[in-house]
Amino acid sequence: MNLGQRFYLREVLSGLGLTAGHFFRNMGKHIARSLGKKDARGAVTIQYPEERRPLSPRLRTLHRLVRREDGSPRCVACMMCETVCPARCIYIVAEEHPNPEIEKMPQRFDIDLGKCVFCGYCVEACPEDAIRMDTGILEFSAYDRQSMIYTKERLLSLEPAGTDGRPRSPIPIPPRRHP
Amino acid sequence: MSLVADLGIAFGRVAFVMLFVLNTAAILGWVERKQSAIMQDRIGANRASIFGIRALGLFHPLADTLKMLTKEDFRPARADKVLFSLAPFVSVVFALVAFASIPFGDTLTIGDRVIPLQAVTLNVGILYVFAMLSLGVYGVMMAGWSSGNNFALLGGQRAAALMISAEIAIGASVMGVIMIYGSLNMMDIARAQGQLLWGWLPKWGIITQPLAFILFLTAGIAATKRIPFDFPEGESEIIGYNVEYSGMKFGMFLMTDMVETTVLAGLCTALFLGGWQVPYLYAEGFHFPWGAELLLSPLAVTVLQVSAFVTKVAVMIFILMLIRWTLPRFRYDQAMKLGWLGLFPLSILNIVLTGALVLAWGAR
Repeated sequence: MNLGQRFYLREVLSGLGLTAGHFFRNMGKHIARSLGKKDARGAVTIQYPEERRPLSPRLRTLHRLVRREDGSPRCVACMMCETVCPARCIYIVAEEHPNPEIEKMPQRFDIDLGKCVFCGYCVEACPEDAIRMDTGILEFSAYDRQSMIYTKERLLSLEPAGTDGRPRSPIPIPPRRHP
Repeated sequence: MSLVADLGIAFGRVAFVMLFVLNTAAILGWVERKQSAIMQDRIGANRASIFGIRALGLFHPLADTLKMLTKEDFRPARADKVLFSLAPFVSVVFALVAFASIPFGDTLTIGDRVIPLQAVTLNVGILYVFAMLSLGVYGVMMAGWSSGNNFALLGGQRAAALMISAEIAIGASVMGVIMIYGSLNMMDIARAQGQLLWGWLPKWGIITQPLAFILFLTAGIAATKRIPFDFPEGESEIIGYNVEYSGMKFGMFLMTDMVETTVLAGLCTALFLGGWQVPYLYAEGFHFPWGAELLLSPLAVTVLQVSAFVTKVAVMIFILMLIRWTLPRFRYDQAMKLGWLGLFPLSILNIVLTGALVLAWGAR
């Protein structure tokens, strides 16, 4: 340290100048915002539940099963995703499809989200484009492991995210702890 | 009748100061959070609400107090029962009464009564404030020692060491101010700061005693035990004197910090920033050095003076908060070195220089 630094005072003042500069610049922006200037931001904070970060369209979010025109799953129960899954979180039971054109359909299609590692291999492996990870939902939480297993019906009911990146399906936040 | 009026006036003076200090201390919790947030490009706590009204997070101090009041009040089995319970009260009471002799305005004349605007009129006001501030450390030491915890004891010991090194520098740096204005009465000091140097410059303490102001501010921050001198408690890293405290007793230590910050801001204002003085404002109105005049009623003058005092205290608190959220913590030995080898000799030098100047220019 040179002499000027050993006396603290100059360095302290320059530090105070820096933080005071931040204070007044941000305060000015806060005031401008409250006066109606909407593009002025005094803080980098995103107030999460009300405000959400924009997500990349390529982001892997909660899975959904794609539906056919009649609402039945596009999945043909070929077991490719179950085979490729490194976390072994997919469980499929196949059954006969009523339409003779289509060979099979899943009777059960469960994904254990407590095990899933969100690698996206299931989406890559699917020959029918029947499973996608584009719901935009990140907040799937539960109070017990059983509730983390999503069944076929639940996965079928999910919608892809809108053009603004916001999820269109209701976010599955459990209301309260099970007794 | 006159006795009742006297009692009422005395009560009013004390009540004004008490309410001012307590409310400022309560709001300081909010100021601290919000100011640090804005300095750090954040928003700060804003979620506490009453019927959906958030009021910029102003309800957070209220929520904090409620939380502390309803928390468990734990006392360790090996703690000294009496001293352990007494310590936070000692701490907070001495901090609260220290503000009593700081004047917040000149005299107010109602009928034939002349009321000095300070809680208690003392002709040794400065000594009283410093005595109260020094007694505050007993609360901290009691807290550390009576907890029955070695870490708390060490924290209390650090607080005592810091307090001694800071108190000496505070006392010695204020000597220069006392020599310039020739009084220990804070009202007299505030009044003397209304004079003008060379006919235009207000004779405030910061202008006549700039070195003393810096020394006093540094030592004063050390006396409040806040960052950069917060090694007695060291909120997150080192264990302080208040480890064993919980609930509202812990809250009282927090409150002591806030009250001491207010007292320090009030002291700086009274001694160095001209107290309640507004530049060029005299008892009958403004007299500007370029000859212009603006006459005001006595009541308007008093209102201006009190609001000037409050504004100056607010600005000082802003600066103290700015320092608290900018500087990193001094280590124990660094702070001791700063106190004994830096502040103390410089205050002595300031006394010598001031003495020479007063001798040369003649005492005022």
